[in-house]
Amino acid sequence: MGMTMAERILAEAAGKDQVQAGEFVVAEIDLALLHDIFAAGVFDTLLDVGVADVFDPEKAVVVVDHLVPAPSAEAAAVHQKIRDHVARLGINSFYDAGDGICHQLLPERGHIRPGSLVVGTDSHTTSYGALGAGGTGIGTSDMVYALATGKLWFRVPETLRFEFTGDLMASVSWKDVILHLAGRFGADAAQYRSMEFGGPAAANADMSSRLTVANMAVEMGAKFGMFAADDVTDSYLREHGGVGSDPFGPDADASYAEVHEIHLSDLSPQVALPHEIDRVSPIEEVVGLTVNQCFLGSCTNGRIEDLEAAAEIVAGKQIAPGIRLLVAPASRRVLQEATRSGALESLIQAGATVMAPGCGPCFGGHGGLLGPGERCIGTHNRNFPGRMGSAQAEIYLASPATVAASALAGCIADPREAESTNG
Amino acid sequence: MADNVRTGEVMTGRVWRFDHDISTDLLSPGAYAIDPVEVRKLHVLESINPSFAGEVESGDVLVAGRNFGCGSSRETAAENLKVLGVACVVAESFARIFMRNAVAVGLPVLVCAGVHEAFSEGEGAEIDLSSGLVRNTDTGSELTGDSLPQEMREILTAGGILAVLRESTGQHLSL
Ligand code: SF4
Repeated sequence: MGMTMAERILAEAAGKDQVQAGEFVVAEIDLALLHDIFAAGVFDTLLDVGVADVFDPEKAVVVVDHLVPAPSAEAAAVHQKIRDHVARLGINSFYDAGDGICHQLLPERGHIRPGSLVVGTDSHTTSYGALGAGGTGIGTSDMVYALATGKLWFRVPETLRFEFTGDLMASVSWKDVILHLAGRFGADAAQYRSMEFGGPAAANADMSSRLTVANMAVEMGAKFGMFAADDVTDSYLREHGGVGSDPFGPDADASYAEVHEIHLSDLSPQVALPHEIDRVSPIEEVVGLTVNQCFLGSCTNGRIEDLEAAAEIVAGKQIAPGIRLLVAPASRRVLQEATRSGALESLIQAGATVMAPGCGPCFGGHGGLLGPGERCIGTHNRNFPGRMGSAQAEIYLASPATVAASALAGCIADPREAESTNG
Repeated sequence: MADNVRTGEVMTGRVWRFDHDISTDLLSPGAYAIDPVEVRKLHVLESINPSFAGEVESGDVLVAGRNFGCGSSRETAAENLKVLGVACVVAESFARIFMRNAVAVGLPVLVCAGVHEAFSEGEGAEIDLSSGLVRNTDTGSELTGDSLPQEMREILTAGGILAVLRESTGQHLSL
């Protein structure tokens, strides 16, 4: 019987010819990602349980991205500890403060291979499904076990397949598509399951868009969120890391728990309303709602394509008085590219504050937090109460184009109209 | 230990009831993400139930709606509940990573359809992890949840995945 992408990846990692949804397997890990919130604790615990080395230092990547630049002496001390552990363990793939966000760096620096099994101490590890990899988030104790043994137990997930057809209208992006899916199917629609994104429109989507969609698959509960590896993947990998890839996808006769066809041509820009990711409205229903802060960044939408989409809208204009527009590029390379292309200049001229490459205020750790009663529209992936500071603040989630249009208007605005006034 | 005499698989406790989509940001707020557990545990669920962290007692049970533990991968969300003495979380469904983390830290969890409606705050619950049976000891109503797979119960019985690793450290040191 044919296998889904999830089944193929877990079968291979477990050394089996065939696995089926529902089965428990012990799988070998191809890559383990740790970031600064959890790395020091994981490495301390590893020592504490009597394990002096990781199973393979070449299969671990460590990124300092959440608390950068260190907002406190405590955070700085945690970073020092991480650097010491990384040197002791001989982990060469180490990205320090300012290099960028883990989920940008791993694809951008060629660490992700189609068909591989990647675990990370971060829920958005699903992002690597954009390149046809099985990426999934785990906790710190599981990570200690994985680093010690190179293995971890998994339940093979059922798969929901989404077939996309039609072309998105101008100023509508794949961020709008994944918000639409969350709103239509619910925040737990893919709980304990995997998602596959296919069909002609998915095949045409660029890598940046695929990363946005796979990133947010976890907001619907998914273990993996995957696109087949194809020509787009091959050329992305050639450009980022130098080694291309073979096609990798599901078997033609794979069996799915559900198959949904999604037509994209008449999709409006979408906005997730506080405080749930699946409270999603088409933009027409929320335009005019005033905001205090606009955030352009995060592993969901902090790439060059995102900065350029926003820059195009604000170029030559000024953001509304009293509005804060924060821009956190997803990596130093993104920052460099946006500098070269002029996108950064447009954003700064319009009134944006540019922050260090990293997570920025996305998870409420520091920098750009919200006060009680404040409202933010951002390109990130979560709008839970308290995610960006005060639990009494409201977070709206949207595409880079919508966030840019809203910064100009001082209230939630439709990017399709901002474009037309730009001529 | 023989399968049928596994300890800690039947438990009784007083219920704290929560709604749907209780996120890891509520269970372990980001502002205290790198603080020690003694600090973190004081802020568990504070923005929706300020008295919970101070008043929850060892052996109490959490009953919740759908998608409990949604959000980030932070294991502190599960660990905080374990440290506060929560004996078990029974919910309509769990976010995948939370469920995985709960097992990893040795916090029993059970998926049970209808549980959110079957309990009010403060009622008594009796839970059997191996059969999945959930009983309201005040009203006498009974529900059958999804019994936990053997693989997960073994990790819980050992006290979490680190305990499993400790048991086998000698072997793994040679890897
Ligand atoms: S940008 Fe936000 S969602 Fe992405 S890794 Fe950082 S904190 Fe997490």
